[in-house]
Amino acid sequence: MFAYILRRLLATIPVLAIVALVVFSILHIAPGDPAAVIAGDQATPEQILAIRAKLGLDLPFHEQFLLWVGNVLRGDLGTSIFSNLPVGHLFLQRVEPTVALTIATTLVTVLLAVPLGVLAAWKAGTFIDRAVMSFAVLGFSFPVFVVGYIFIYIFAVKLQILPIQGYRPLADGIGPFLSHLVLPSLALGMSFMALIARITRASMLEVLSQDHIRTARAKGLPARQLLFDHALPNSAVPIVTIIGVGVALLLGGVVVTESVFAIPGLGRLVVDAILHRDYPVIQGVLLLFSLVYVFVNLAVDLLYVVIDPRIRY
Amino acid sequence: MLDALAGAREDEAPVPPRRGRLQQLRRHPTVVIGGLILLLILVATLAAPALTAWDPLLIDPLARLRPPSADHLLGTDAIGRDLWSRTIHGGRVSLIVGLVVAVFATTVGLLIGLIAGYNRLADALLMRVMDGLMSIPAILLAIALMAIAQASIMTVVFAITVVEVPRVVRLVRSVVLSVREQAYVEAAVVVGSRTGKIMIRHILPNTLAPLIVQATYICAAAILIESLLSFLGAGTPPEVPSWGNIMAEGRAYFMLAPWIILAPGIVLAITVLAINLVGDGLRDMLDPRFARRL
Repeated sequence: MFAYILRRLLATIPVLAIVALVVFSILHIAPGDPAAVIAGDQATPEQILAIRAKLGLDLPFHEQFLLWVGNVLRGDLGTSIFSNLPVGHLFLQRVEPTVALTIATTLVTVLLAVPLGVLAAWKAGTFIDRAVMSFAVLGFSFPVFVVGYIFIYIFAVKLQILPIQGYRPLADGIGPFLSHLVLPSLALGMSFMALIARITRASMLEVLSQDHIRTARAKGLPARQLLFDHALPNSAVPIVTIIGVGVALLLGGVVVTESVFAIPGLGRLVVDAILHRDYPVIQGVLLLFSLVYVFVNLAVDLLYVVIDPRIRY
Repeated sequence: MLDALAGAREDEAPVPPRRGRLQQLRRHPTVVIGGLILLLILVATLAAPALTAWDPLLIDPLARLRPPSADHLLGTDAIGRDLWSRTIHGGRVSLIVGLVVAVFATTVGLLIGLIAGYNRLADALLMRVMDGLMSIPAILLAIALMAIAQASIMTVVFAITVVEVPRVVRLVRSVVLSVREQAYVEAAVVVGSRTGKIMIRHILPNTLAPLIVQATYICAAAILIESLLSFLGAGTPPEVPSWGNIMAEGRAYFMLAPWIILAPGIVLAITVLAINLVGDGLRDMLDPRFARRL
């Protein structure tokens, strides 16, 4: 087991290196001078020179890369071209809403989607099953921002039971904090929910057809116990895997959701950075979100050992 | 061994006649329903000029933010442009991007996947790169690519293709890896067929069914990402109406004129839904092994 954990940790290193290389080289695959790209169309030659010097763009590629990696490892993500503040500093200002949104979404999604998938598998072939699966296809097709605006229209504009937009920090009290998170996390979680419900159903169907489940049913075990104590733990591995993979969906969706619901998080930071062509900020968020994804999936792989004692590597 | 025998027998089975395909379609109604919706949307976007009297770019300051009516089927936007006209014209961008990306991404992915599946050294290298690319959330990678390039439909296509290729590579590689262990491929190697011939004759045909299914999903994903990029201001230039940028322009007026966002948004969702329905149906039809796994 320790050998497995060690091997899995070591396998993360090349992935991290490739992520860093890709994130870094995006600026360099653009045709023309990256400094001119960043400076924009109305830049003077002096401004372009200043940016080139600031980003170290006059060094050879590999030196620039190593310099950048060294800076990143020391926690220096560069300086925003637009606001002139360190990117790391901007992150700290913006990180709280994003963390709140992603955690709320993951919780809501898993708590709704797993039972839905279990229900669909239990009632396989019936109307309930078809309803859940139709919802899954719908959820996967409706983009975050369309769902977001439909929700705002129904719940905030027409019914007026939830706030339209915005974010309240936890410090303002738990009520406003949560009420501002309901619509964004439901909208963001929609496609994630569809994915998890589908996999849960498929995985449960496979387990439910096995002998020990038949035995449990034959001895008269109540359905709830049968499903949640016997079947669900045995179908957990694919479900947890897809939750890990789905984090990429979630992190991408954060950018859009924060924009729709006017949440001042890291996603909004990126959208504002697009408008200002503030490349260091985009690069920083890209790197940060990719690292989160890599480490979440590392954690998922390590969790296998805990979830499923049959797995011995 | 039993599997290999069963596989061999399946391969020898006669090609089903045409009537069989039609019957298969009847057993998978989602393909037909999705296909019909798509056809309708395709016709609407292609025949856009014939279906509306309004120029999608015509500004009419006197008819700002009009709700849907007989004159303006879906209402007008903040500078009085007709939304029905803009929505059906805007569909062109989405459909072109979806189609072109699906073709590009599957072609490039197929080539890389074949190489990775057949050469161990290339495999180790290419798959690490693909793992790295897939670790970067797709939308963010596309945003970063758009941020350094000039906004145009070509750059949007390029950015989304880069994002989608790794998934195709993984799929093709996994098919190649499983097929090349099959007895008939080993037999072909033993009798001395050249690698190129084995690839084209024996391996490539096995990748086609999952690739077609994957291509429909990529088409749906590309349409989604394009609209997201345009919505965030990193997609198609503002002078070309697209579902994403129509929605973006409606954001400031959502309380006054929700139809500006809801009209193109719902059409977008229906389009993606239709493509996904076709994809799910095709998957069940062409690739039953994969369907059972999901």
